[in-house]
Formats: sequence, structure tokens, C-alpha cells
Amino acid sequence: MSAAYQVGEKVRVSARGHRGHHRVPLYIKGRAGVVERMLGEERNPETLAYGENGMPRVPVYQVRFDQQALWPGYQGGGQDCLIVDIHEHWLEPGAEQ
Amino acid sequence: MAGGDPESSDTKSIVSTSRGVHDLGGLAGDEPIDRAEHDPHAFEVRVNSLLRLLSHPDVRVMRVDELRRGIESLAQTEYADFSYYERWVESIRRILVEKGVLDDGELAARIEAVRERFAAERERPTAGGRQ
Repeated sequence: MSAAYQVGEKVRVSARGHRGHHRVPLYIKGRAGVVERMLGEERNPETLAYGENGMPRVPVYQVRFDQQALWPGYQGGGQDCLIVDIHEHWLEPGAEQ
Repeated sequence: MAGGDPESSDTKSIVSTSRGVHDLGGLAGDEPIDRAEHDPHAFEVRVNSLLRLLSHPDVRVMRVDELRRGIESLAQTEYADFSYYERWVESIRRILVEKGVLDDGELAARIEAVRERFAAERERPTAGGRQ
């Protein structure tokens, strides 16, 4: 499986729900970010959590979010960002460059 | 950390599922986070060791992903009332029972035996060489 997104690419976290274990916190669902770094391919925690082998492996990215965009009324600096590890099947293409 | 009111953001309207008990990012807490450090309690060290042993690649009775899933299956009151490692040990119990490694009767009998042993030790007049 090759990576669908490149470092620097705009992405959006899927807003879909998911019954069962997954590693995407609610506060970033539907939010836009930028791929900061590629972390490699990892077993899927959504099946590992139920005793399966987590295969096939899934690309995992570090995605950068602007804190001011995440939190209405954010009091921190405009440069503040949050970086979250996200599995590829939770990402969608972001806005066109 | 973040100011602002997450309930006024659009997160709720675009996500159709309910929030998991563990998924608290952005919610206002009832009280400030206690950031004081403490030496690990024996209980905490034991629970941590238990998980490390159970998830060791040589045995792999359970994985940390299963631990997380078990924690996420706690009732809201359990999640709120349990300490960090109490959540772990309850999750470990659930997963081991689910896998048939332990059964509840066996566990209850063992807890009772340990309770009796502790009670007997407390009643002893001296420590009797135990350190």
C-alpha cells in the first residue's frame, strides 16, 4: 500500500462516525489540516482492538492543525498548532492548492 | 490549554455519532487537572507490569489496542470514578474474561482469598519479619 498524501498536502479528517475503537478524537473530525510528516505503515488499531492481526497495514501521517481554527475564542498565539497521528483511511483530500 | 467553548463549534453538527466516554478533548472539566507528580504506588506499578507481561510478544495474551477498547467500554460513571490504573485493571479483567483466560468465579474466589490473607496479616501482633 503506498501513501496517498504527500508532506505539505492539505487534507481533511473524515467526519464520519465509527462504532468501536478508533484513534480519531471527536474534536478533529471534519477539520482541515496539513500533512506534516509520514510515519510509515502500521497495523490497523481498529481490528487489533478486537484480537485480530491488524492487517493490512495502513499509512499513518502526522497532520498539523491550526489551534485557532480548532478552538473558537482560542487565546494562544496565532502560530500555535496541534499535530495528531492519523491513519490514512480517516483522511480525505483537502482544499485544492 | 485551549480556551473557547467546543460546544459552540461545528463539531457536533457534522459528526453523527455520540462521544465516547474517553473522548474528552476540548470539553470543560469539572475541576482543574491535578498536575502534581507522585511516586508510583505499588498498585500502579503492578498493573503496568501486568499489561506489559500480557502484551509481551512471546505470549501476547492481549494488545494495548484491546486495553484501550476495554477502557472505552467503561460506563461513564466508572470512567469518571476510576483512577487511571483502575481503568486499566478493569479493562484487563474484561478482556481476559472475554478471551476465557479468566472467569469471574475464579477471580472472585481469588479476591476473597487475598482479602482473608490481608485480614489475617493485619491481626497479627508483629510484622513477623515481613518487610
